[in-house]
Amino acid sequence: MTEVKSPEVPAPPAAVPDELTPGHSRWHGLRPYAPLVALVVAAILPYSTVNLPGVFEGPLNSPGTLQLLAICLVFGGLAAGYDLLFGRTGMLSFGHALYFAAGVYGTDVLVTRAGLPLWQAALLTITGGTILAALLGAVALRTVGIAFAMVTLAFAQVGAILVARDFGGLTGGEEGLPLDVSGLPAALVGVTNTVNLYWLALAYLAVVVLVVHRVSGSPTGRVLAGLRDDERRIGVLGLDPYRFKLVAFTLAGGLATAGGTVYCLIVGGASPHVTSSELTLSLLVMVVLGGPGTRWGPVLGGVLYMYLDHRLTAFGTSDAVNSLPAFLSHPLSQPLFVLGTVFILAVYFFPGGLASLRTRLTPLTTALRRR
Amino acid sequence: MSTVILLTLTGLGLAALYFLVASGLSLVFGLADVLNFAHGLFLGVGAYATWWAAGNLPGAGSDGLGFLVAVAFGVLAGSAVAVLVELVLIRPLYSRTIEQVLVTVGLSLAGVALLQATWGADARPFPRPEWTRDVTSVLGAQVPNAGLLLIVAAAVVLGALLAFLRFTRYGLIIRAGVENREMVTALGIDVRKAFTLVFAIGGAAAALAGALGSVYFGTVSPGQGGSLLIFAFIVVVIGGMGSVVGSAYAAVAVGLLQQFVNYYGTSGLGDLCVVGLLAVVLLLRPQGLAGKVAHA
Repeated sequence: MTEVKSPEVPAPPAAVPDELTPGHSRWHGLRPYAPLVALVVAAILPYSTVNLPGVFEGPLNSPGTLQLLAICLVFGGLAAGYDLLFGRTGMLSFGHALYFAAGVYGTDVLVTRAGLPLWQAALLTITGGTILAALLGAVALRTVGIAFAMVTLAFAQVGAILVARDFGGLTGGEEGLPLDVSGLPAALVGVTNTVNLYWLALAYLAVVVLVVHRVSGSPTGRVLAGLRDDERRIGVLGLDPYRFKLVAFTLAGGLATAGGTVYCLIVGGASPHVTSSELTLSLLVMVVLGGPGTRWGPVLGGVLYMYLDHRLTAFGTSDAVNSLPAFLSHPLSQPLFVLGTVFILAVYFFPGGLASLRTRLTPLTTALRRR
Repeated sequence: MSTVILLTLTGLGLAALYFLVASGLSLVFGLADVLNFAHGLFLGVGAYATWWAAGNLPGAGSDGLGFLVAVAFGVLAGSAVAVLVELVLIRPLYSRTIEQVLVTVGLSLAGVALLQATWGADARPFPRPEWTRDVTSVLGAQVPNAGLLLIVAAAVVLGALLAFLRFTRYGLIIRAGVENREMVTALGIDVRKAFTLVFAIGGAAAALAGALGSVYFGTVSPGQGGSLLIFAFIVVVIGGMGSVVGSAYAAVAVGLLQQFVNYYGTSGLGDLCVVGLLAVVLLLRPQGLAGKVAHA
């Protein structure tokens, strides 16, 4: 029986490099600098006191808004890291939450229970998370396709069980483990210093984006794209698919662990929901919504998803929704219902995600311009 | 001795629950290549429909014949939702496997949120017949009746499924489709009708698991399906995708392992052993106990 039952991961639509799209305006020459400009704008954002009613609850520099933005940025980075697996290498891992949770709980336990200084705890956690990803990846990558997804899901489930059952009283079980802030640098503690955490999150996002772009632009990245499109061909070329996939898996795991460390500082502790398989599923949703394998799609998807996830709760309890009839207002008050529905619609109608919107709208805009 | 018997029977009860969820998952995956994350939703729908029917449907109740009517209503509801999902959401994406997985992922998020929006996030007491609260003495062990009910139900479902697959024309098509779908299509048979049928069967089995599982646990909550689903996935992979018998063997192995290790070791250790078993099976025999090769 030679039938291939493994779902062949279809290549996400190839992103058209920006250099190849004809520029219409004199701003064309500045386009390579756009990410830098966006970074600078994001970095000076906390100095603004603009109040955007409806978009955020307080002015931009209020701690609540900054924390929300910081969480969004961390998840933008996480989604970009996950895209290294899903969008760029074509590996469908359902266990990415494990490495994120390793970062969150590793930092928390080392700081709170072992009393290590933050930099030591962070360094140990990120090293440990990367090694964990390398070890588990070495086992899981012996399978491919759906079996790989299942094995990674099972490994992540082990992490969830370990945290929930609270072996040795380390993790605090269902209650989670608040971070002991007495040993942390003063600049990272307290409501007034939320802005520093925001910058930390921004730095994390920038590092992830830089790493992912460098890797995917390198010869290794081209092999990874080859693995996504046709794994057998890479094997025929004399390259070992296993090694390259392990490199990508380890790198993505390490990046997720670092994200966990930052997240732990931002929310000031760890709770068991970061270990759940739902977190991986939401990462998948972020990447697909944004556009897998594209430059900015996953980041955009991650930021937008977390923003909506937080803000839709407020939207769901607002008067505008409550005044609707019950059969409308109840589902709308559930962020996951709205996001799940949007996600299904996106899979049907926008397979390339947000990043493909521009190319999809091009016929429309040219038609409009012609008139 | 009575402890061992008790653990065996409760382990088998757990295995029955896993089997009811996994058999549908396994058939759907084997035939249509759909890794169905929305299967937990069918379970939730079955549980809530039974709960609703017991309170509101005329003729249904929480005891005796009324309870049977309520469970039948729940199973029908689960089956109907499964058919609807297949026709509306899965069929247009035929042969685009990753998109199908993504849609079921979205559906599992949205569906559970919808259940939560309608009936609240908290667990609700489940109306169950008086006799399921009692225990029966089996060889000196006091076994809860709800567990025995699960075992009987799973055995009946297993027998019915095997008879259906072996002795009917549609069963033949399903078996052939799991083996080689292209060939069945080439013979001029519309396999997609079989897809719908398999979804209906899987949805019904999952809904039955939801209803009887709620009797076993005594409560019903929106997240119930999700936690069962992961172990059901493990059962499917261990048993071999597409094989009902394999799912049954794997469910028994997983249920017993979990129950015994959780009792004699630390609580939670059994769950870890199950994952260990999965890793061993996948590395030594990637196609599962009784399945076809699950990958290229």
